[in-house]
Amino acid sequence: MTYFFQFLFIALLASMSYLIAMRFKGILATIRLSQPIQLSDQPAERWKRVFLLAFGQKKMFQKPFVGFMHFLIYIGFVLINAEILEIMLDGILGTHRLFAPFLGTLYPLLLNFFELLAGGVFLACLVFFARRGIFKVRRLQSENHSELKGFPIRDAYTILIVECVLMMALWTMNAADAVLQSRGVEHFQAVGSFIVSENLIPFLDSYSTEALYLLERIAWWFHIAGILGFALYVTYSKHLHIFFAFPAAYYSSLKSPAYIPSLDSVTHEVKLMLGQAVLSEAAPTNLRFGAKDVMDLNWKNLLDAYSCTECGRCTDQCPANQTGKLLSPRKIMMDTRDRLEEVGVILSKNKGQFVDDGKSLLDKISGQELRACTTCQACVEACPMELSPLNIILELRRYQIMEMSDAPAAWNSMFSNIETNQAPWKFNPSDRMNWAKS
Amino acid sequence: MSEMVLHIRTMADYLAKGEMPEYLFWVGCAGSFDDRQKKVTRAFCEILQKAEISYAVLGTEESCTGDPARRTGNEFLFQMQAMTNIEVLNMYQVKKIVTACPHCFNTLKNEYPSLGGTYDVIHHTELLAQLLKEGKIEIAEEREEIAFHDSCYLGRGNGIYEAPREIISQLQKELKELKSCRTKGLCCGAGGAQVFKEPEPGAVDIQVKRTEEIIESGVKKVAIACPFCMVMIQDGLNKTGHDKEIQVVDLAELVQKAMK
Repeated sequence: MTYFFQFLFIALLASMSYLIAMRFKGILATIRLSQPIQLSDQPAERWKRVFLLAFGQKKMFQKPFVGFMHFLIYIGFVLINAEILEIMLDGILGTHRLFAPFLGTLYPLLLNFFELLAGGVFLACLVFFARRGIFKVRRLQSENHSELKGFPIRDAYTILIVECVLMMALWTMNAADAVLQSRGVEHFQAVGSFIVSENLIPFLDSYSTEALYLLERIAWWFHIAGILGFALYVTYSKHLHIFFAFPAAYYSSLKSPAYIPSLDSVTHEVKLMLGQAVLSEAAPTNLRFGAKDVMDLNWKNLLDAYSCTECGRCTDQCPANQTGKLLSPRKIMMDTRDRLEEVGVILSKNKGQFVDDGKSLLDKISGQELRACTTCQACVEACPMELSPLNIILELRRYQIMEMSDAPAAWNSMFSNIETNQAPWKFNPSDRMNWAKS
Repeated sequence: MSEMVLHIRTMADYLAKGEMPEYLFWVGCAGSFDDRQKKVTRAFCEILQKAEISYAVLGTEESCTGDPARRTGNEFLFQMQAMTNIEVLNMYQVKKIVTACPHCFNTLKNEYPSLGGTYDVIHHTELLAQLLKEGKIEIAEEREEIAFHDSCYLGRGNGIYEAPREIISQLQKELKELKSCRTKGLCCGAGGAQVFKEPEPGAVDIQVKRTEEIIESGVKKVAIACPFCMVMIQDGLNKTGHDKEIQVVDLAELVQKAMK
């Protein structure tokens, strides 16, 4: 019988690992369609960012309470996963609490610690549930932010529920285990009861050994299958940030958020127009100005879209959004991710080749949204991971203006004033120094 | 306002005498043409003259940096402007630039280097704070409460939060921080070339929302450090009917007024 379960476990582990690996492969394939950008200078500074922003969650603590709650989930997630190693080996080898004999008295100490961490995760999930459902924190409400309607809001609640249920499974497993130990059931070595789950023992004590055995096994399987399922689900969810926050922090821009990089293809053209020397190898290969679709963006933009947790701090700080304009920086990130998921499906259906489906990112984002941006960088500043909706907006604007010639009349006048009068207004350039006359 | 006779020289004037000023004062389009901002330009020149800083302007050789074009997405026009300006700046072998416009400042400082124009660029608030600290400007104290509105391209864009506040404290004035300030400073609504078109449909204008915070703070004077913030905040005050009670001033004007 144990062989059967060992086989079942290995099959589950292998198939889930395969599915998760395929998902990551698919995600990376979409990112690889993107435009190049050099972001590997100053490695020391970049590692510092990984430690401060990703490991240290520095910007999360700008809201200390929420930051602390998030930290509980994060630390619980990272440390409890150390126990997953034992659970997996138990599953494969058909053993039970494999590490206990090796760790001796340290073992109950560690498990007590993990149970407390699970308590922290549980508490934080309840708090987050309340913030969404009871206290109705504005940036998290789909009534105020239409981009959250449907899957995104379900996704948020699903994650919170799953995390709570997984923690409960962990405790139930340990409580049933403790009772079975006290009854001297074979296979359940005496490791003692643990700090949180021991409170559940009185509820389980009256059950038969067979029932408890079954309960322990169900909780064990539910817990590990839940974790594997969760890992796969995460790749479709906003919770992908648990993996991508680290590369996103490493490759975050070290330049001012106000800095816009030059478009080399334009530099080439402008130099030709001004009669300046150009390098023949500098001739542009990408002839599209700005971005119409995700593959016109750079890979960091796409990594950003996959990393976004949809927390809405950006939208909350956006002056356009605050004053009722259509623009929501969070929606820009979500639209980019949605389009990437579409592109991912196309790639997987066509052996890794992108086939034009007649759609683009600009089908999801309107000119009205793009034109509402004041480029104030509040969104970038607000993001705990320093993701940049602004970069994406500016690339889409470039396409809109240069490829579609879609500018409001007032902007077109401003352009021609700059061209002919060297100022955005229609003043005579020879009057430029009139201010100096008293 | 004291009427100081300004002696303003251009880079061409300096070159003709074989001299080189310490700073190029990049006036910017608003500083050159906008009637309200022209007063700021003159105020800043008065301070430079009083502090005996050698500086010159480009005069009619100056041209839009291209910032508003770039932010709409018109990279062509931006680069045309940028490269033409860089040719002029490099021809005069300009080393240090000071400007009273955070948008010109950001573009000259951060975006010209990759196109061949590398200069030591400072914002006028940085220079003013330094001159006050070094005692190069004598001031007469006048105590008053004053709010400061952070410009996006000074603060978030370039991390300049302290210089404007130092000026206010050096002038012995009491700074009243607005509800959204520093990294969380609320935009005036002008940036991203918004000031050159009608706002997109929405519930309220951004400048009105920003102005409401200023009104709420209870100050009679709000200092700004950007010509476009000047336009927008004034518009917000006009629209909310508070233009009579609350005055908008550039930090250069504040210094110039306190100058003995």
